[in-house]
Amino acid sequence: MMRRTLLTVTSTAALLAAGPLAAADVPEGVELAEDQSFSYRELDQPASIDPQLVEGVPGAHVIQQLFEGLMIQDENGQLVPGVATGFEANEDNTEFTFTLRDDARWSNGDPVTAGDFVYAWQRAADPATASTYAWFVELAGIQNAAEIIAGEAEPDTLGVEAVDDHTLRVSLVDPKPWFPQMTAHTTLAPVHQPTIEEHGDAWTNPGNIVSNGAYVLDEMQLNEYWSASKNPEYWDADNVVIEDVSSYIINDTSQALTRWEAGEFDLLEPVPAGSYPRLQEQYPDAAHSTPRLCTYYYTLNQGENGPEALKDPRVRQALALAIDRDVIVDRLLQGGQGSAFTFTPDATDGFVAPEIEHADWTQQERDQRAKELIEEAGYDDLNFDLLFNTDESHRQIATVISQMWSQKLGVETTLQNQEWSTYLDTRREGDFDIARAAWCGDYNEPSTFLGVLRTGVPQNSGSFSNEEYDALLDQAPTAEDREGIYTQAEAILSEEMPVIPIYHYANAFLLDPAIKGFPMNNVENNWYVKNFYRVAEE
Amino acid sequence: MTSFILRRLAVAIPTLLALIVFSFLLMEFAPGSPFATERGIPPEVMANLEAKYGLDRSLVERMAIYVWNIVTQFDFGPSFAFSNRSVNDIIAQGFPVTLTYGVWSFIVAVAVGVSLGIIAAIRHNSSVDYAAVGFTVGAQVLPNFVMAPILVLIFTLWLGWLPGGGWRGGQIEYIILPVIALSTSYMASIARITRSSMLEVLNANFIRTARAKGLPMRRVILRHALKPALLPVVSYLGPAFVGMITGSVVIDVFFSTGGIGQFFVNSALSRDYSVILGITILFGALTIAFNLLVDIAYAWIDPKIRY
Repeated sequence: MMRRTLLTVTSTAALLAAGPLAAADVPEGVELAEDQSFSYRELDQPASIDPQLVEGVPGAHVIQQLFEGLMIQDENGQLVPGVATGFEANEDNTEFTFTLRDDARWSNGDPVTAGDFVYAWQRAADPATASTYAWFVELAGIQNAAEIIAGEAEPDTLGVEAVDDHTLRVSLVDPKPWFPQMTAHTTLAPVHQPTIEEHGDAWTNPGNIVSNGAYVLDEMQLNEYWSASKNPEYWDADNVVIEDVSSYIINDTSQALTRWEAGEFDLLEPVPAGSYPRLQEQYPDAAHSTPRLCTYYYTLNQGENGPEALKDPRVRQALALAIDRDVIVDRLLQGGQGSAFTFTPDATDGFVAPEIEHADWTQQERDQRAKELIEEAGYDDLNFDLLFNTDESHRQIATVISQMWSQKLGVETTLQNQEWSTYLDTRREGDFDIARAAWCGDYNEPSTFLGVLRTGVPQNSGSFSNEEYDALLDQAPTAEDREGIYTQAEAILSEEMPVIPIYHYANAFLLDPAIKGFPMNNVENNWYVKNFYRVAEE
Repeated sequence: MTSFILRRLAVAIPTLLALIVFSFLLMEFAPGSPFATERGIPPEVMANLEAKYGLDRSLVERMAIYVWNIVTQFDFGPSFAFSNRSVNDIIAQGFPVTLTYGVWSFIVAVAVGVSLGIIAAIRHNSSVDYAAVGFTVGAQVLPNFVMAPILVLIFTLWLGWLPGGGWRGGQIEYIILPVIALSTSYMASIARITRSSMLEVLNANFIRTARAKGLPMRRVILRHALKPALLPVVSYLGPAFVGMITGSVVIDVFFSTGGIGQFFVNSALSRDYSVILGITILFGALTIAFNLLVDIAYAWIDPKIRY
């Protein structure tokens, strides 16, 4: 039986050298500031801070401070132990056994047990919870998840079992070598059953909440701020340096920048669109831009309601080639984003981009080829609607791209903006020609991106369907050469061009230089304040 | 008078009911769903969500249950977006915030606006008058979404005197900027209305009589001119007050006060039906209440008015 433990997955040397894994890694000789607090700006009020209900980045940032899952991530986005000290997988990656540390405790002193995870995961899938993230349990491939979500099986039939208090066994429907990566996701964090049973929906309110992370929630004023303080029961509390965490909800990005400049908080992400070059000049020690695991793309409707011309790969290719991505990235956004020729971002773990010919061409060469293709296709007077959700930056990009199409290819576009909720409806119903879209990885592995374009998945709003592509993705989990398969799949996308990748996101942010320990290379933007510390001003 | 108030209250109930029906219909026909996400929700989960919030029932049933819960338990239902909060919780958190700086703004706007208007009218066509008129014109054309960033730039970034946002339970330093930003344009309107109506009154025959019989100017203004001059101001104050304690969306969003305005905007965008309804009813009820108060105040100020 092939056994793989965490030690072979991450760097053995690093784990052994560090001995017991410390939270904040403060080098010797560094003088810490007296005030060990950390504060940041959040764009929106998280709708919920219940791990099984939470959605969106603001909520995830709260969960990452208050709760700890089986595995978490280090500064490079690599898996490190959370509540689990390690795991073993069976030969075909359909069964994972996690060993839980015996000193993990809830903020009320109760031990964190395997049963807490079983309860939490069943709760996520249970239709009675009505979680908009229930799909994550299904995506993770846990046995019976799909049936439970559909109401065809009882929640306690979920393929997760507490062998004893410190051993958790997970059974999957099909092989998923990347399953441990998924346990870092907020949906799979444990929750404290007695607290939920006592307080019902109000269990996450300050005073009621019991959590197992490095911090406990003190206050939560909706649309204003929340604050948390160090959890003395946290298993690694001795190594947690930051005592207090607070977050200010500020919708307006320019206002947030002014308040950051006034020193009201430490971290501002993202900075206002287009302001990064100026900020980099003004605050060289504070301004950073790091790659993000997200792709900005245009989806081309090849479904029933889509225009005939978009069913022709030549037209799709021509549209993709005619977009000068450098103009968008370097002149419009200016925040360190990268031009995209693949749907999967380059920064994704285990992704090797295929050789894409047109990626190496000059823009003139691409334009030339685009003209040839559109002539070959032979459509006259092409006119498409271009749908995007109301936002200044989306409008600018749409305007520039429609100009490029019009000037280079004679393809006219009608810009059509809808506010978010309406836009989602329109996209889901497939009632568009071309639509702006974006996708962020749920875990750091190419399948989180490539899976979006499988036949029939709800996110595939352009109704792309390619048998060869689907077959490759089916093979990937059990394949010896997973990387090679992903490369092949991506090559199909660059030929078929069901979606036009435009750019890969970057996270441009301002961080008070006194704050150290921020994970600059974590492409999923997962950060844990327990790893931070504030140095004394020199 | 009592029968007038009772009559007005009797009309208020069908008005509020019509407001509920109309809001329900608008939301019914608005595209989008409170549970829409970019990921796409499996139909089974969507069905569970709709069942949880009663969206699987018919429109009429939903309306009936909604009104019944309000009448019997004063329960405005759970928020669709904030799973752990009810609409009552949200209003209980947000409304006191908005009410606090709204009332302060009202006091500032009325006190400064009325004084400014009277002074300008008394010193008609003097430099004081011109300065006051100039100031009010300037203040009126500066909307609060322009005022707010300017104030923050000056008092937060440059001078470092006041925080640029937040509320912190209503500490005084968090109230000042929202109050200035919100009250300025109302103050200007009040000053202009007061000034022109005071000018008109000062030229009236009864004032000339009062002055002719030798009363000091101070007494003429306070005893005789002020009350009639304030009549147009009072009719403006009712809607202005409701506007200040409710229509402060810009202030709430910009200063992150956690006030009701931000919930109103966000709930409309996220289709949080119950929160939109709850706040709409609150605003509707306040508008009706303050219009009634204005009418009563009219009767007190102007003896010619009879009900």
